[in-house]
Amino acid sequence: MVTSATTPTTVAVATATFDLRAAIASIPDPEVPVITIEDLGILCEVVVDEQARTVNVLITPTYSGCPAMDAIRQHIEHVARRRGYTASVQTRLSPAWTTDLMSATGRDKLREFGIAPPGQRSDQGSDVVRYPVGVSLTIRRVTCPLCGSVDTQEISRFGSTACKALRRCNECREPFDEFKSI
Amino acid sequence: MSQNAIDTQGTTLAAAYCLQLGDDALIYAQRLGEWISRAPQIEEDMALGNIGLDLLGQARVLLTRAGELDGTGRSEDDLAYLRNEREFHNVHLVEQERGDFGFEMARMLWFAAYQCELYAALISSIDDTIAGVAVKAVKEVDYHRDHASQWVLRLGDGTPASHVRMRESLERVAPYVAELFEDDAVSIAAAEAGLGTLPSSLWDSAFGHVGRVVAQATLTVPANSPWRSRGGRSGIHSRPMGYLLAEMQHIARSYPGATW
Repeated sequence: MVTSATTPTTVAVATATFDLRAAIASIPDPEVPVITIEDLGILCEVVVDEQARTVNVLITPTYSGCPAMDAIRQHIEHVARRRGYTASVQTRLSPAWTTDLMSATGRDKLREFGIAPPGQRSDQGSDVVRYPVGVSLTIRRVTCPLCGSVDTQEISRFGSTACKALRRCNECREPFDEFKSI
Repeated sequence: MSQNAIDTQGTTLAAAYCLQLGDDALIYAQRLGEWISRAPQIEEDMALGNIGLDLLGQARVLLTRAGELDGTGRSEDDLAYLRNEREFHNVHLVEQERGDFGFEMARMLWFAAYQCELYAALISSIDDTIAGVAVKAVKEVDYHRDHASQWVLRLGDGTPASHVRMRESLERVAPYVAELFEDDAVSIAAAEAGLGTLPSSLWDSAFGHVGRVVAQATLTVPANSPWRSRGGRSGIHSRPMGYLLAEMQHIARSYPGATW
């Protein structure tokens, strides 16, 4: 018989750590509540100390002035406190967040919610159609999250939050938000 | 000289450098905030508000760092709300009163062109905070520069009326441009220490971008004006600065320690 070195206590500890980590990871983004902070890619690290009942969480802002950071920090502290832990939330600036960190699940959820997910930055070269003028009047091909048409136009580069642009579909005529690639 | 004295000198320099970078961002954020509800269309209310918010985010990190380094223990709020005019180190360009929308796009084109080159260079700063702000901000200010470029293009190459107003706006902004690219004592020392970069080294690329946009907008970059702004980096400001600070600092000074 193979005896695992794992005692019931360490299993319990591992489960508690796992639960806390999962609870933190599933905190919704305050401005786009359909995706979690993990889907968004802003949750960098969760280190739990079961002995001291503390948790160190490292997050990175999407934009320097993102007003949601304070709300996210408070939410993490609240989730930890409810489970009997004291959270210490640190913000890290470098390496900078990019929309490439957003998970595939996160992208699907955004699309279902009616927000066009960001394109991969690395693909941008092929997505960008340049007018034959020198200055960067560019159009990106963005698919309408409502009808799936690629015939969409940018209304404003700066939308309802720092991370979104406002577009309109020329096919179904509906306006929609686009998560900007950065 | 003891090691300690050198270190103190180094941190004082880094604090002063963070302060001038942070003050440019803070004061321009304050000016841009004035556009909310006053822009020509609601999309621009949001765009200019968002651009201001990016700048405010950069300022918050830089001012916090300045307060940590200078040994006074001042917070970002102390530095923003409780300093007097002579203690601010921003250039005159960002403190000028809000003009029409064309003026704002001319000012933003120059300022964002400058910041794009600045932050690209600061990514290699030896100070982790400055490098951290830069790596994040370089992507944000690229959007700002693009936004201003597109408007200058549209207005310059638009109707006869918009063309004239865009030309006048570029002329109004012109006397404040040189100060952005002037090497002052703090930036020279910061560049030597590996903390920062010489503003003069950013000119060619920034001017290259502005020149291309302006030419395509069927306009010309105005010639050097007989008068140009000076003194912002050493705390000498123009008339609008006092009024800007009065508005920005009024609540914090009237109700010390107020929270909501």
